[in-house]
Amino acid sequence: MRCRESDFDKIPGGVSRRDFLKVCTATAVYMGLPASLGPKIAAAATAAKKRPPVIWLSGQECTGCTETLLRATHPTVEHLILDLIALDYSETLNTGAGHQAEEYRAKSIEENKGKFILVVEGSIPVKDGGIYCKVAGKPVLEILKETAPKAAAVVAIGSCAAWGGVPSAGPNPTGATPAYKILEGTGIPVINIPGCPPNGYNFLSTVLYYVTFQKLPELDDKLRPKFAYGRLIHENCERRPHFDAGRFAEQFGDEGHRLGYCLYKLGCKGPETFNNCSTLRFNDMGTWPVNTGHPCFGCSEEGVGFNIPLHTPAEVKNVTPFAVQTPITVDHGGGGTTGAVALAAGVAGAAIGAGVVALKKVDQAEKKQD
Amino acid sequence: MSEAKPVGGKVFTGPFLFFLVITLIGIYFLAKRFMFGIGSVSNMNDGFAWGIWITYDVVVGTAFACGGYSMALLVYVFNNGEYHPLVRPALLASMFGYTLAGVSVFIDIGRYWHIYNVFLPWYTNFNSVLLEVALCIAAYIAVLWIEFSPTFLEAATGTKSKVNKLLIFFIALGILLPTMHQSSLGSVMILAGNKLSPLWWTPALPLIFLISAVTMGYTVVIFESTLSALGFKRPFETDMLAKLSLVIPILLVIFLVVRFGDLLIRGQLGLAFSGNLQGNMFLLENILHIVPLVILASATNRKNAKMLFLSACCLMLGGLLFRFNTYLIGFNPGEGWNYFPAIGEQFITYTIISAEILLYMIFVKKLPVLPSHGQAKV
Amino acid sequence: MKIKRRDFLKGAAGCGVLAAVGQPAYAEAKKKERLPGALGFLYDSTLCIGCQACMVGCKKANEMPVESTDLLPIWENPRDLSAKTLNVIKKFESGTGTNKDQETDGFAFIKRQCMHCVDPGCVSACPVSAMRKNPDTGVVTYNKDACIGCRYCQIACPFNIPKFQWDAAFPQIVKCQLCSHLLPKGEIPGCCSSCPTGATVFGPTTELMAEAKRRQQMEPGKYYDFPVSSIDSGKNFSQQAARYVPEIYGENEVGGTQVLMLAGVPFSKLGLPELPEKSYASTAETIQHTIYKGMIAPIVVLAGLFYFVNRSQKDKD
Repeated sequence: MRCRESDFDKIPGGVSRRDFLKVCTATAVYMGLPASLGPKIAAAATAAKKRPPVIWLSGQECTGCTETLLRATHPTVEHLILDLIALDYSETLNTGAGHQAEEYRAKSIEENKGKFILVVEGSIPVKDGGIYCKVAGKPVLEILKETAPKAAAVVAIGSCAAWGGVPSAGPNPTGATPAYKILEGTGIPVINIPGCPPNGYNFLSTVLYYVTFQKLPELDDKLRPKFAYGRLIHENCERRPHFDAGRFAEQFGDEGHRLGYCLYKLGCKGPETFNNCSTLRFNDMGTWPVNTGHPCFGCSEEGVGFNIPLHTPAEVKNVTPFAVQTPITVDHGGGGTTGAVALAAGVAGAAIGAGVVALKKVDQAEKKQD
Repeated sequence: MSEAKPVGGKVFTGPFLFFLVITLIGIYFLAKRFMFGIGSVSNMNDGFAWGIWITYDVVVGTAFACGGYSMALLVYVFNNGEYHPLVRPALLASMFGYTLAGVSVFIDIGRYWHIYNVFLPWYTNFNSVLLEVALCIAAYIAVLWIEFSPTFLEAATGTKSKVNKLLIFFIALGILLPTMHQSSLGSVMILAGNKLSPLWWTPALPLIFLISAVTMGYTVVIFESTLSALGFKRPFETDMLAKLSLVIPILLVIFLVVRFGDLLIRGQLGLAFSGNLQGNMFLLENILHIVPLVILASATNRKNAKMLFLSACCLMLGGLLFRFNTYLIGFNPGEGWNYFPAIGEQFITYTIISAEILLYMIFVKKLPVLPSHGQAKV
Repeated sequence: MKIKRRDFLKGAAGCGVLAAVGQPAYAEAKKKERLPGALGFLYDSTLCIGCQACMVGCKKANEMPVESTDLLPIWENPRDLSAKTLNVIKKFESGTGTNKDQETDGFAFIKRQCMHCVDPGCVSACPVSAMRKNPDTGVVTYNKDACIGCRYCQIACPFNIPKFQWDAAFPQIVKCQLCSHLLPKGEIPGCCSSCPTGATVFGPTTELMAEAKRRQQMEPGKYYDFPVSSIDSGKNFSQQAARYVPEIYGENEVGGTQVLMLAGVPFSKLGLPELPEKSYASTAETIQHTIYKGMIAPIVVLAGLFYFVNRSQKDKD
């Protein structure tokens, strides 16, 4: 689909047309879609008559997930998000506060019933009636239960919202629970974007996908979008060749560590964590824990992050022999060259020939002697 | 008893020069082997650790050198002095055969500068079959040269030496030692275990190898006697050989009975007909033993130089193939391992053979080895 | 003149008597048992993740050279054991090769190195005792000062373990020696200390055998603690037990080995040969000792031969 200048005179955020197209194409690629869909996403984003409203609820969170979105700088994604969607309520970014903010939230929910996206950041405590996290005097548990049925979809951003995260670490005194568990049986579509924090682009891509195609991307059995959480970190890690070749850092600061060897023995949980940190990385700079020299601790994986100790070796979930691993039977050569075989055959033939000749001569000589 | 005399004649004949050229080419490859390692000339590898140098030069080579042994048995134990004229040439071939087998060992082993370790008591391992083979062969080479010393003395002093008690001791030793190591050359392959085809692997290997070695001794006597007569234009020694050759069919019957009896007891005879290389080589090996048996069973054939020579050739090949089968063709270290001797490797073997032929020619022409013209009086 | 029948019969009878007298009692080589202090390691193919840390650990511990089989030598990738590689991880693959430790459409890893047999063929074979079995630990070591390079050990090993430096002017035999240079220092073999999952675990063979039997009683799919590095290290790694083949390789093969193996696929698929319980060394040694015990038979035969040869010479004079 050919794009024309006039198609994009409503690009939000004061971003140049080229940059905007770049972002949309990149987003398509992140999601595993063909790059050619980039313009379609861009068109949908700018053609939206009314920006889809978003209500952003905060439970037991550190606000890291909000911050991760705000950290992106080229282009200024906060502008993109804020102009792409109508963020009607976010405790971090609201300009208003107190009763004003709460009223605005209630109004937006009513006006946009069935159309808004509910983003949940942080886990929801359920113990003792959920008193361990209250906003405006109300337990977040109740707020979620009221709000979610009116939403079009729920996006649980961050490990806390997706499966419980830090607050749910043993002994989980507050009964921290992920959003999807609380909404089980309600039939409300929930998407989990775990990570501590998750890569901002995972969230952005999901939202753009929804806006473009009016449906949610393909999810796995843990309700995570497959384009981001379909592979283990181990499968795409740049240090994987070191793992396959047996080169490991044994201690922080040792020679192997300084040479950038695999961190499996230091407890890297890449082999049992599904995420795209190894390919997408963070901060628009390509950094991620492993390439700074610290093992992954499985922050996005339930049962791994905040559960298995940092330096305990991971269970390799998907053991895969590397492509050229030595097979059981190897051809060692040692067979004859044409020359060698010819020589041997020649000598053998000559010997047999000589024998035949000798036999004849013996016969003749014998007859002569008799 | 007829006298032994040098054959005389010029040494540098056509055949002599031919074998000399081969020897010189082989020396080039030998230099390469010692300078750059065995792998630089040979195709031996970790699966096939022994190739034609051990299989032909040592195992077959010593079998072909059993003439002295077999003749000593016949002449000195069964007291058949009439065969005495055949002893010296057989001894010569044995002396060269075994010496060159010893040289081949030196060429084949990787750490040749340690070769004397087999004599050092703090290293010797009395459980090792190969130790016994090594010590026996080393001793036997010495014994052969000692047994041959009367010939040297005769040539030097012109007088015939008397056989004294010391020489008798060495002759006795010269019968004991080959009995020990030729059978042990069979025992060596017992350790190959599952890697050796059941067609050849058996605890009876030492017995089978021994019978074969004795048979080969007589075979080689016939072979070399005929070739010498042909080559030096002398009359055939058919009368002597006719009587001698009676032993061969007897031995062959014993050989085949033991061989096939053992296979039947172990229930492995079926493998012979599997149609693969090993099965076919087994059949060929036995055909080469059965044909001479049939030929030499007839007294008329035993008096015929052509038939004698034909049988000898078949048996030489049969004995060679039996040993090649046991050490190389029947040996299978597993999938992925192959072996065929490389050009340089082959040439070193051809050199050893050529050297033996060259030395034989020189010795026979210069020393009193072969009986003088005219057949031995019976 | 025909052979004197009398002489022939005398000779034949004499030989028969000699053989009967000279033959000592059938000297069966005593079956060698595992030494009480036998050391080895247990390799569990189901715990192996194919990371090859053991290959690197071995090369480091033994100061072995890098072996690259590529045209551009930038990658260490030995294809098999060799004069440069004492320990190699290989993979078995069938069909789609997607299921670990499954025979069909699956894959599995195997670690190959010296098995440190209870009755080693190489030790029996070596004429100069270059291959020696330590009388306490049972570890089979190589002494290059004794070795003559005859390579009989290569013929005699049913596992094809000893390798030779074919391309050296002054070659040696090369094989795993269970890091016997580290054991006196209280350290453990390089492969065991570097294995992260406990697939290769060091210890006395008696304890390893008990551990192997414990694993065969495990319920497949359940999580159990597996020792890491050595059987008494105290370090454990909780992993799921796999479905094991009901056999401990090395328990009885050719008299038993000190290195034991467990796997989820049949051992023959992993390149480990099917071997009888009786070691070939004991067969060969039984024959040798029966014939040559105390050198009685050879001496008796020699005496007999001397008699016959002497007599034949007397007849002539």
